[in-house]
This record gives sequence, structure tokens and C-alpha cells, in this order.
Amino acid sequence: MTDARGVPPRALQAHGPEIAAARARRWGAFYYAEQVLRVMKGYSWSIVMYSVGQPVAYLFAMGVGLATLVDGQGGSAFGGVSYLAFIAPALLVSAGVMTAANEFTFPVMDGFKWRRTYYGPHASPLTPGQIAAGHIMAVTLRLLLQSAIYFLAVALFGASPSGWGWAAILVATLTGLSFGLPLMAYSASITEDKGQFALVMRFIVMPLFLFSGTFFPLDTLPLAVRWIGWISPIWHGTELGRVLSYGYQEPPLLTLLHLAVLVGLAALGWTLTRRRFALRMGQ
Amino acid sequence: MPFHIPGASTSVRRVHNEAFLPSGTRSGSPPSRPIVIAAEDLTKKYGDLAAVNGISFSVPAGESFGLLGPNGAGKSTAMKMIGGVTRRTSGTLDIMGLDPDTHGPEVRAHLGVVPQQDNLDEELRVRDNLLVYGRYFGLPMSYLKPKADELLEFAQLTDKAKSKVDALSGGMKRRLTIARSLINEPRILLLDEPTTGLDPQARHILWDRLFRLKEQGVTLILTTHYMDEAEQLCDRLIVVDKGRIMAEGSPARLIREHSTREVVELRFGSERNTTIATELDGIGERLEVLPDRVLIYADDGEAALEQVVYRGLRPLTSLVRRSSLEDVFLRLTGRSLVD
Repeated sequence: MTDARGVPPRALQAHGPEIAAARARRWGAFYYAEQVLRVMKGYSWSIVMYSVGQPVAYLFAMGVGLATLVDGQGGSAFGGVSYLAFIAPALLVSAGVMTAANEFTFPVMDGFKWRRTYYGPHASPLTPGQIAAGHIMAVTLRLLLQSAIYFLAVALFGASPSGWGWAAILVATLTGLSFGLPLMAYSASITEDKGQFALVMRFIVMPLFLFSGTFFPLDTLPLAVRWIGWISPIWHGTELGRVLSYGYQEPPLLTLLHLAVLVGLAALGWTLTRRRFALRMGQ
Repeated sequence: MPFHIPGASTSVRRVHNEAFLPSGTRSGSPPSRPIVIAAEDLTKKYGDLAAVNGISFSVPAGESFGLLGPNGAGKSTAMKMIGGVTRRTSGTLDIMGLDPDTHGPEVRAHLGVVPQQDNLDEELRVRDNLLVYGRYFGLPMSYLKPKADELLEFAQLTDKAKSKVDALSGGMKRRLTIARSLINEPRILLLDEPTTGLDPQARHILWDRLFRLKEQGVTLILTTHYMDEAEQLCDRLIVVDKGRIMAEGSPARLIREHSTREVVELRFGSERNTTIATELDGIGERLEVLPDRVLIYADDGEAALEQVVYRGLRPLTSLVRRSSLEDVFLRLTGRSLVD
């Protein structure tokens, strides 16, 4: 084949726009996920250190240090398991939520405002929805990896007696998304950084971490603050994790409710995020 | 290089063939070249504000087409609509036979885009920026790796391949952005103010690269508020102000139609510039009084200057120069391009 000037095409040639568009329509979210993962690779060392260091520090401090005191009082308050086994699923889930809270705030602001990294792919065949999905997929992968490392540490501490304990990896990832995706939709709506993210960390993530039945059963709290747990993805994720990791007894319907809340919040967050991305990029 | 790639879907190809039918009726372009971009009454409103207010133009393949106008004229908004990233409010827009509002990904797959603000992946290395961007077009690594090296060579960035992007100078970042936009071998390149903020040397390097692309037959659509850039790069341009087209034509034709051959620039000092106009009356074809200088439009600038001196007027500085697009813009809008 030759072009109008009779010049034969070079050996190196891109496929045509039709193929590019068709591939982007099908795989676009994966292409963008690849970009986010490549960026994450740049700070993979800190991701691994965080993923390993955090569980070891928490499990040692709480599960060994504090547990010596708590277990000495008789562990009946914790469903007959050690204090370490009681808090391990909660720590695992909370770590997922905290990572999600980081990955779905500042990088989103970076994409839209600071370095405008979303607008590069936006000019390519990718759609705003795919850019959002790619970001979400890459963070999901990070959450899975981090939770797997965390679970390994939990198992090494002997704090996951049930054979289903590994499923807490999925629960922690899902909980991360159920909190992170609505937050991502919020992040995508922010046009001016006035320290909103610091407020989210201090006044939402921290109270949820502390009052979601993480370190003590939720029903030991006065009714006036117990609602924090009920609306908290961390509580739903933690309870689900406990059912899986040591067979914590609760009505099966309640277990289903936990799952429904987590899936529902994640789905709602994803929908709002897609809408917000499309709106902001399509103006 | 052929437009059609074996394996492309027949439905899209059919649309293309229609798009490539000779048109050339509106813009006076040679009928042999297919129209790749056609806009009719293109409008974009933000609330009550019309950023682009009913502009019509068409661009044949291989042409270098410019949108010249001051900041806020609506150039970038027009570019975003052409680039398939902003929906139009009304009018029609056709890119390679496709409507960007309904076929965004397909339209964008045809284009290379150099945005006004660089949006490179600063955390990735220079070469990785090209690889990652190529993936958005579904291009395989077996193509992307040698292509990235070829483009780095073209952008004179080969020795920076492994550098982090934030270590690059402004001009280098711009060249990398252009290299990135070429990764999918687009036949249409959109450049939104490609050289704004660059020093003169960096601009000339960039113009040289763009000129090479033009020679290869790439259609260039560029916005600029630099008249010299428009004159250097554009075969044809539209002068845009407040969302409307003020004039259309080649740089030479616009100058011929809207200005004289030469211009005499006189500076009498900011106090006297405004009051001297009456004393210059009758010299040249037209007089333009600006806060910092007085412009006399005349076909023979030297002769006009002689008359000024003959009348006993002593400007602090005087300069005879060729008319430029700046003068065209001044004539059309009463304002200068760079405020």
C-alpha cells in the first residue's frame, strides 16, 4: 500500500482511529488503571512499608500490649475469643478505609486541579467514566494487596482462627470502597482546596475509626453515640469480618445487611463519581 | 500514509467516505482536498454568556488553520468542542464525518491534542509519559516502544528519556506534550496556544517541529494570540473576538484587505501621543492613536515619515514596518491582541 505521494508506509505504524476507538470503548478503564498503577509504582516502597508496618505496629501494640490487660480481665465481652482476634478484623477493615480515604481525595484533586492529570487522557478516546473507573480499579488492586499483607500479619499473630478468615481481605477492600467512593464523588466536586480533606480525616475518618466497635463492642457505648457505628461502613465491615474470621454470632439477616450496606454505598459512590466526572469534564 | 486501515468497521468507513467527498464550497479551498473539520453556526453558552457565538468554518485535510484572537475570545472553547471534550450548545460540528457529541471516543481517536496547560504525568519519566498515553489508544507495547524513541528524537528529548518530567524546562515540557500528542499518528493536530510562555528560542524550535508536521501533511488547527506565530504557521485563519468571527483568510490576504502595506510607528511620549493626532491629519491612509504610540497606515511608510518630518514634528522614536495581523486585529476590533 502506498500513500498519495507514492511513499510506502513505514514498518512502524499505529492502528487506525477506528480500532483505537473500539479498543478504548472496551478496555479504556483498564488503560487508565494501568496509568495509575504506574504512578503508584513510583512510590511502591512507601506502599509496601505502610502495608507491612501498620499491621505489625497495631497488632503488636493493641493485640499484644493492650490485650495482656484486657484478656486478663476475662474475655467474655469479646465473644469468647482473644482481644487480638476481636480487634484484628477491625484493624484490617480500618486500614482499608484509611488508604481509600487517601487515594480518593488528594489524587482526585490532583487530577482535576493541581496537575490536571485527568485532562491528558480526557483528550484521548477515554471517557470521563472510564477515567474514574480506572482510578477506582487501580486503588481496588492496592486495597487487595494491602489487605492481603495485613491478613498475613494477622494470621502470623494467630488472630484468625476460622478457615474463612482470608475472606476478610475482600471485606476490607469492599469497606474501603464503600467509604472511599462516596468520598471520591465529593473530592471530584471540590474546586478550591480549603483544607476540606484534613477535616474529613479528623472529623469523619477518625471518629468512625474510634466509634465503630473497633476496640470494644458497639453495644458497650451509650445509645446516644451508638448510631455512629450504625451508619459507619467501618462497623458494617468490621462485623462482617468478625463473622468470617472467628465465627462471631449474629442474626444472619444482620450479616446480610452489613453486606448490603457496603455494596450499596460503594455502588452509590461509584454512580455519583461517574456523574460528577462526566459533569466536570464535559463542561 | 493511508487513512483507511484494514479491519476497520464498514459502518465507520462508510461515514468516512462521505466525509471525504470533495466539498470545498464554503471556504474557497481547493476542491481536491477533503474537508476534515466543518463547523456551522457553532455555539457554546455558559449560562447567558456565549463563549462561542455562532461561528462557521471548514478545514480541508493538510491545511494549517489558525484561530487568532485575544484571551477570552472563545478560541479555547472552540478547540475543546473540536477536540470532543466539551459539548456544544447549538450548531453543527463534523470531524472526519463524525459528530463529537455522539461519537466522542471515535473523534478523539483521530486527533492529537496539545492543550493550553501542560498536563503531563509529572510523576512518570519522560519516555513513560509517551507509553502510557499510547495505551489510551489501545496501542501495543511492540509499537509504542520504538515509536516513543522516534518521537523523543523528533522532540529533541532523547537524552531526557529517563528524566522525571518535573526536571524539564518549559520548552521541553511543551515539546514532550507535542510528542505525546503524536503517539497515535493523528492526521489532525489541535494546538491550543502552543508557544505561550516560552522564550523566543524555544518558540522557534517548536515552530520548526510543527512546520515539519505540516510538511508531512498533518492538518494543524492552532489557536494563538501571537500574530507572528499565526503568520509563520497558518495557511488560513479566522480572527475571533468575543466568540464571533471578525475575518477569515490567509495572513497575506487579511493584511491586504484590512491594512495598508506598511505602518509607521511614532512615539511622541505618552503626554503628546493623544494630542498630536490633529497635526498628523492627512498623512497616510489612516491613523491609529494608542496610549503609547501613534500608527500611520500607508502603503509607502518612508514617504509618510518624510511628511511627518516635513511638518516639523519630531517624534522621540520612529519605525517603518510591514503591516501585520496585529494591525488587522486592531482595525477590526479597535483593540490590540495582547492586552
